[in-house]
Amino acid sequence: MIEAQDLRFAWPTTWGRGKPADCIAIDRLTIAAGRTVFLHGPSGGGKSTLLGLLAGVLLPRTGSISLLGTRWSDLSGARRDAFRADHLGYIFQQFNLLPYLSVLDNVLLPCRFSALRRERATQDGGSPGAAACDLLRRVGLAEELWARPAAQLSVGQQQRVAAARALIGRPEVVIADEPTSALDAALRDSFMDLLLDACRASGSTLVFVSHDERLAARFDERLSLSAINRPASSETAEGMS
Amino acid sequence: MRALLTLAWCSAWNRRATLSLVLLSVALSTFLLLGFEQVRTDVRENFSQSVSGTDLVVGARTGSVQLMLYSVFRVGSATNNIRMSSVEAIAKHRAVAWVVPLSLGDSHKGYAVLGTTAEYFNRFLYGDREPLVFAQGRAFDDGIEGLYGAVLGAEVADALGYRLGSKLMLTHGAGGLPGAEHADKPFTVVGILKRTGTPVDRTVHISLQSMEAIHIDWVGGAPMRGVSIAPEQARKFDLTPKVVTAALVGLKGRAAVFNVQRFVADYAEEPLMAVLPGVALDELWDVVGVGEKALIGMSAMVGVVSLAGLVAVVMAGLNERRRELAVLRAVGAAPRHVLMLLAGEGLLVTLLGALLGMLATGLFIVLAAPWAQAHFGINLKLSVPSQAQWGLFAAVVAAGAVASLIPAWRAYRLSLADGLSPRV
Repeated sequence: MIEAQDLRFAWPTTWGRGKPADCIAIDRLTIAAGRTVFLHGPSGGGKSTLLGLLAGVLLPRTGSISLLGTRWSDLSGARRDAFRADHLGYIFQQFNLLPYLSVLDNVLLPCRFSALRRERATQDGGSPGAAACDLLRRVGLAEELWARPAAQLSVGQQQRVAAARALIGRPEVVIADEPTSALDAALRDSFMDLLLDACRASGSTLVFVSHDERLAARFDERLSLSAINRPASSETAEGMS
Repeated sequence: MRALLTLAWCSAWNRRATLSLVLLSVALSTFLLLGFEQVRTDVRENFSQSVSGTDLVVGARTGSVQLMLYSVFRVGSATNNIRMSSVEAIAKHRAVAWVVPLSLGDSHKGYAVLGTTAEYFNRFLYGDREPLVFAQGRAFDDGIEGLYGAVLGAEVADALGYRLGSKLMLTHGAGGLPGAEHADKPFTVVGILKRTGTPVDRTVHISLQSMEAIHIDWVGGAPMRGVSIAPEQARKFDLTPKVVTAALVGLKGRAAVFNVQRFVADYAEEPLMAVLPGVALDELWDVVGVGEKALIGMSAMVGVVSLAGLVAVVMAGLNERRRELAVLRAVGAAPRHVLMLLAGEGLLVTLLGALLGMLATGLFIVLAAPWAQAHFGINLKLSVPSQAQWGLFAAVVAAGAVASLIPAWRAYRLSLADGLSPRV
């Protein structure tokens, strides 16, 4: 499903001064299909950079990273974008939604960019709209909120919409980048429950990144970034969260 | 593509307060460009129609522009007069239908005084061959009967508050010299012309004989010492004019125009020239055109400034939109989609702004036309935008499209560099 081999990545230095130092140096990483993986690492440990590499937004300096058996570096820029739209759902820490679209339109966004997701959503619900409604129901968002602009929702509600969006059209992989860090304990637990349930229901692989180790118990697998990522100098990772 | 347009529209609507300011500034500059173009062409048309139906203007040898300036626009003065005998000789040419002599030089409170014949009011045409029309009264008579009768242009009558029967005194020359008044021979208003939007409005018309009569006791530009001839006494003198300033010539057929022009140029008795009014007016417009170009330049600058405003506003908003762009990237939008989104927004705003500007121009013409006609004699006409105006419209939209590529390109670079985690 997700495989990385001899992965090296370095951010370019400002104005090209000095030699760029690797902030990601992972020899081997494998995540099997359908698993829920808790990726744990301290702040500044290169978590977001690794997620960028997983999502094919960043390309490694050397080595390879592949999703569903396709190496990101083999694809052109446009193909990478299309591939990401087809197979990947992404949940940010916060500010996931476009404030000027309604909740429902936010959930339907991936279907606008990916024909495959649109097709699968149609299979699931009869139409993309119906599938979106099913998902919103599953993440427990009250029906009267669906037509509202996303900006009117609370942070907890927004994260649920983001989860529904990441899952629409059953993408093979869902990446969640600390999606609970802005939520309080009660909200966090209910969000975790519904996210894990929804991922298992649609058979998606979940890569969940967090620095909060208390959450790890709910997952099939637990990975520590500091254990697998061994850059030559840890200073270079400063400022990269 | 449609999905992207919907997104662009929703996003722009979300930021409508800022964008509508940009839209207004684009509209304003379009309005300036189009409105100026409209006024320019209409003024030019008015200008070129300040005399029509006259085939040739004859005067002493000078520049053709200068001849037009003093004979038609009452600006400047003639370098030399022409003899009445020459005018009569031209009138006898077989191709010539009519000749109206013009005698200039005096003034009344800054308005030019034109000595001419009563035929002038029938022969002189302006605009689209429109004749002069009397608002009140009638033309003066030629000869002794019409002595000391004046016909006023509309502006002279309005500005100085004259009515039929009002008395007025003429000033020798352009005025300003003490004692150079024709105070002994007052004139009576016998007619007032309707407004024409041409220099006729700013002219006091008197007969050639009146012109002779007021100068009968003058020599070398000053009253003769110790000699004073009363207005009634002047009637006994021979008041046939010896010299005039210029003459309007009408031909029996346009075909003979160069023939007659050569006849005038080759006239052996004295050096004369004849100009075609249309050609001379075009030359004159070229002289005026320098100021016109400066104004075009100014409105173009306004256009550039408003587009710079567009770029600045979109650029400034870009940092706030990095999150939005990252979300779009995460759901599968490619950097080129981001580029299109931003460029599309800029294009949309300029297009709407330019359309608004065009509407404003139309509205302005409708509202300002009566006022411009009354105050400046400029006839503004509402019509479908001219080719030049469409050109300007297209230029604004094209410049807007190009200008909006700047923030679009920046957003493209940002979305490439940021990936999914904007570093804001």
